[in-house]
Order: sequence, then C-alpha cells, then structure tokens
Amino acid sequence: MNAMFRKFGAPVAVALSLTFSGGAALAAGGEVHVEDVDFSFEGPFGAFDPLQLQRGLKVYTEVCSACHGLQYVPIRTLHDDGGPQLPADQVRAYAAQFEVFDAELDDYRPATPADHFPMSALENAPDLSLMAKKRAGFHGPYGTGINQFLKGIGGPEYIYTLLTSYHEAPDCAPDDFPGSYNSAFGAGGYPEECKDEHGHATVPGSWIAMGQPLYDDSVEFDDGHAADLENSAKDVAAFLTWTAEPKMMARKFAGLTGVIFLTLLSVLLYLTNKRIWAPLKGKKNG
Amino acid sequence: MGGIPHDHYEPNSRGEKWLYKRLPIVGLFYDTLMLPTPKNLNWMWIWGIVLTFCLALQIVTGIVLAMHYTPHVDFAFASVEHIMRNVNGGHFIRYLHMNGASLFFVAVYAHIFRGLYYGSYKAPREVTWIIGMLIYLMMMGTAFMGYVLPWGQMSFWGATVITGLFGAIPFIGEPIQTWLLGGPAVDNATLNRFFSLHYLLPFIISALVAVHIWAFHTTGNNNPTGVEVRRTSKAEAEKDTVPFWPYFVIKDLFALTIILIVFFAIVGFMPNYLGHPDNYIEANALSTPSHIVPEWYFLPFYAILRAFTADVWVVMGASWITGGIVDAKFFGVLAMFGAIAVMALAPWLDTSSVRSGRYRPMFKWWFALLVLDFFVLMWAGAMPAEGIYGVISLIASAYWFGYFLIVLPLLGVIEKPLPIPATIEDDFNAHMAAKTGGMNAIVNPAE
Repeated sequence: MNAMFRKFGAPVAVALSLTFSGGAALAAGGEVHVEDVDFSFEGPFGAFDPLQLQRGLKVYTEVCSACHGLQYVPIRTLHDDGGPQLPADQVRAYAAQFEVFDAELDDYRPATPADHFPMSALENAPDLSLMAKKRAGFHGPYGTGINQFLKGIGGPEYIYTLLTSYHEAPDCAPDDFPGSYNSAFGAGGYPEECKDEHGHATVPGSWIAMGQPLYDDSVEFDDGHAADLENSAKDVAAFLTWTAEPKMMARKFAGLTGVIFLTLLSVLLYLTNKRIWAPLKGKKNG
Repeated sequence: MGGIPHDHYEPNSRGEKWLYKRLPIVGLFYDTLMLPTPKNLNWMWIWGIVLTFCLALQIVTGIVLAMHYTPHVDFAFASVEHIMRNVNGGHFIRYLHMNGASLFFVAVYAHIFRGLYYGSYKAPREVTWIIGMLIYLMMMGTAFMGYVLPWGQMSFWGATVITGLFGAIPFIGEPIQTWLLGGPAVDNATLNRFFSLHYLLPFIISALVAVHIWAFHTTGNNNPTGVEVRRTSKAEAEKDTVPFWPYFVIKDLFALTIILIVFFAIVGFMPNYLGHPDNYIEANALSTPSHIVPEWYFLPFYAILRAFTADVWVVMGASWITGGIVDAKFFGVLAMFGAIAVMALAPWLDTSSVRSGRYRPMFKWWFALLVLDFFVLMWAGAMPAEGIYGVISLIASAYWFGYFLIVLPLLGVIEKPLPIPATIEDDFNAHMAAKTGGMNAIVNPAE
C-alpha cells in the first residue's frame, strides 16, 4: 500500500496493541496540578459577569491577540445578551482596529462587526476560540468528574492556572533550554537533567514555547478593577470561556425551562396514571 | 393483529366507512394502539417508548442540523461552530442531538438487559429479538459515523482506529478498509459517505422498528412472569390484559418525562459531560491524541476487542491452528463481533423451559453477574490497556462469552425452577392490586 496508508496504519496498530496510556504524550513533563477557581458562571444558575468579560476582552486585545486569534467568534457577538454586552457603537469602534482581507474588494479593509476576530498571527499559536472547551480542567482525567454539574468543565481553571504558573526555571535545567518553565503545562519540552535515575520528572510541569504573557498591571482596567496577575488571568479565562461557549446563558435557561415544564407534566401524568389504574388495582380477581 | 382475541376497529360514521372500504388505515392505528397488553408489566417495560422517542428526537434534530452542516474536511468543523454560534437555537439542538445519542444507548441497554432477564428472546419471540439486535447494530454504526461528522480529533482518530479493524481481516481486509474509507486514509471521501449513511441509516432503523413492533404485536408482549396471555376466549384474555391505550401509554409517558427531566438537566447544565474535550480540536492527521477512547456506549465491546492480546493462550492456539492467519488483532475483532453474535443467539443457547428469570433461582445470580460484568467491561474499556486492566478485561470478556455459551445452555438442564403463577391475572392480583393484599393469589417465593 502507499505511504499514506502506512502513516495511518501505524497509529491503528499502536492503538490496538494496547500500548497507549493516558499520559503518553504528556509523559515529557512532570505532574501538573490545575487549581479550582470560583467563577460566576459555574453551576445551573451561574451567569457570566459582563464587566468581567469586558475586562477579559481588554486583556485578550492588549496581550493575547498579538499572537493568538479567535477565528470562530464573530465580533458582533460582543454586543449579544449573555456576553460582554458592549454597546453597539463600541463594537463598531472595536472592530475597526482589525484589518481583514475582503475577497470582493481584493484588498484589505477595516473589519466591521459582521467579521470574525482575526486568526492567529503566529503559525504555532493555537486559536483560542475553543480553548476553554478543548482543555479539560481539574475534574479528573478528561474533565468528566460528576462535579461538572456544579463547577463546569474546568477549562477556565486550566487557563487561569497556566497563566499564573510561570516560575523561575529550576536549577537542574541548563540555562539554554528552550522555552519558559511553567509548572502547570505538561506537554512541553523537558530537560534530561531534571529527571531522576528512573527517567521520572523531578519538577512539576514542563517548558512551554510561549513566554510569560501576563504580569501584574499588564493592562489597566477602565472600571478601576485591580489588574494584578491573578485578577487579569481570571478575567481573560472568563472571557475565553465565553468565546468557547457564547450561548451558555441561553442554554442554561432553556435547560431550566425544560426541567420545570417536564416536572409539571410528570406530576400531571403521575396523577392521571394513578387514576386510570385505580379501578383495575382495586377490584378482586378482575 | 396478533393471536390475542380482542375487539377490532369498526367504522361508525359515514366518513369512516367510506375511508375504511378504500384504505383501512384507521383500523391499523386503532389495532396497534388498542393492543391487548399484559396488565402486570413493570417499570422495565417503559424503554420501548423511550427508544421510540429517542429515534424521533435524533431524526428531527438531525434533519435541522443537516440544514446547516457542511460535509467537507475544510468546512465541517467550522460549520459545527457556525451551528453553535450563529444558527438560532442551534447550540441547543446540537447538544440535544449529541446527548440524545447517549440517552438512546442508555435506553437500548436497559431494554436489552430487560429482555435477557425476563426471557423475552425465547420462543415465540426470537424474530423480535433478532430484529432488535439488527437495530442495535445499525444504531452503533449510525452513532459511530455521526461522531465522525464534527471532524474533531476524536472523530478523525476514532474513524481511523475503527475502520482499521476491518483492515485486520486476513487477505481481504485492506481492500475492504479502502472501500469503506473511499481512499487509502480517512479523508473527504470518508466524511462524505459517513454523512450520507448517517442520514440514511436512521430511516432503515425506523423501518426495522416498525417490523420489531409488528413482530411482538403478533406474538403479544412478554411480561414479568413469562406466562402467556390466555387466548381461549376474549373474556379470558381480557382478564390478563388491558388495552395499550390509555393504560400503558400514560404510564410510559410518565416514565419518559422523568427520564427527560434528567436528560434536559444534562443538556442544559453539563452538555459536554459525556464527550471528549479533544473533539473541540479540529482533526489533524499529523497529531495523534494521547488517548483514543470511543464513546462510552462502545466501551464494553472496545474492552473485549483489546482483551485478546498475543500472549493469551486462546489467541496463541488460534494463531497456531490457522498458521498465523488469525493473529491477535484479527482475533480481537472476531471477539468483538462475536460478543454481539452470541447475544443474538441467546434464543437458541438458552435451554430452560422457564421464560422469566424471576422463577429461576440460579439464573438470577448468573444474570446479576452478567450485568456487573457489562459495567466492568465498560470501565476497563476506558482505562489504558496495560497491566492489571488487561487482565481484568480478559476475565470479564471470558465471562461474557461464558454466560451465553456455557451458563445459559447448562442452567436449563441443572436448574430446578420455582413454581410459576398459572395466569397473568394471578400475578397482577398478587403484586400490583394493593387492596387485595396479595391474599388471593398463589404464594410466589421468588419475589
């Protein structure tokens, strides 16, 4: 068979021969720990805080957007209910700072609210539109712990922890080792010097290609909110959760409506059922 | 329809008579809805309605999703995001469809195990059972292909691994795999044909469901005692049965609403609970996810697939006898399909003359172990296939086959069943008619 087949045949064989383990690709780095952070949008009744999303948008715009895009997010949705709820004129002004390529004009033009956020500017900077959904958080492997009901999928916690876990590289690492040391990132490079005699990592995390993006007071919030590292990381994590799940408020409302109406219906059906069966169950020998 | 004597539809008004002479369709619906149903059915007989609802839900939400979805490798992932963000209500419809598949499988497994416990597969209901198994197989195929459509990482690599199973068949495996994929690897041709078949199969399932219902309307429902409805006269039959409408329609709808409350809570508050975060990463042929896991409803059979490694003596024996044609990979594939095949053959493997597990003291324990075994397999299928998990999968797989191939045939010979109630009416009066206090029916030590 041709080369393509061999390329895909190999992983199949590997998967079938049972050699995959949960942490195979992450085995490069040490143990990572994702912190549980309380967000306003957790739980069945939790809601996004529009002011927090606006602050997060500012962090994204001034820091993240230098390299990362949000290609699935239409700019107009910044105005939507259940989102940052920017006034329409501010959305227009916000859009105008981006240049987009227009196929009809065959030229670049300023973006309008109908356009999407730009794609990532750097080849190896992942798009952030779905980051909060594609990175499971602290709820056990794959984020499938039952406390998802109360705490969500854990993605924003992952983003927060990643942004706040840049540290001075440990002494064992060579000075010229590529990347920045992050104790919450498991999938990066890891120097041989920091492994023990069994090949196990001795320090948590690994070396991530992205340098520390966010520091205390990297941005200044218009609402006067404290802009230390923890707060800005939390705000941008909340914002990225909204970009990944923009209809979360509508979804919870629909779910709640469904539960309430079905509960009413079930009570009516229960009483009906009881009543129609009563004569049958009451009489002796049919 | 059916051998149970009951009143049939009589057209009354002029309009009804006019239509009845030309097309007795009202009669068809009337007889279907008024089917005499054993009045002692318990809460495990509600899953049929739940399954019918699931099929309808999946078809309706699926048709709407198909209006906005683009089956092309360059646009599929983005079109799903478009549904989630821009289509009115699209996010909820997609989450309903996605979790609807899980509800469908919860219900089908409950339905199958109910049939296994109460002996619903036994004569004269073998055809109903076999058609049910066909529906189950088609459901698995449909669900698998549907999971590929969002074109995320798990979609792509799941498709690669599962179609690779066909490649394990000796000699003809690779051509079959290429034919299934429409090329040498999972690509646009694969996505297109999976979309086409994912849309088609539910309608074939619908037709099979109609036949499934037709078959058990012919034989009559089984019931918790496994005792047949008396058919010598209409008066006697009426003592054992009640019409499906309104008695069981209302009861089943009540059960359905309870299930849907939980379902809507999951869709509304934790819709990604059963999914894999990796599927929100667009498919990438150059990056293999660290842990390729199928959806939960495939896990028991995935565990069986992986249990038979090259160091298991059965596999070594099979390999030696066939001169290496049956290797561990092919053996695993055979075991996986075999696990479903032995279940389909249950009507002919079970030798007991007693239908319901209620009156089979030994069978009860073996059956309970089978249910436990199913969950152990599901758990083992989600674990990395190494160390102790491999051993557990192997033991659990062995029991799955042992139950159907050894336990069911043997029990019928060695087991001494308990006394069975003479009629459904007796059972109903003993258990369900509260005001009689169960005084006027036979003593039933099994319950």
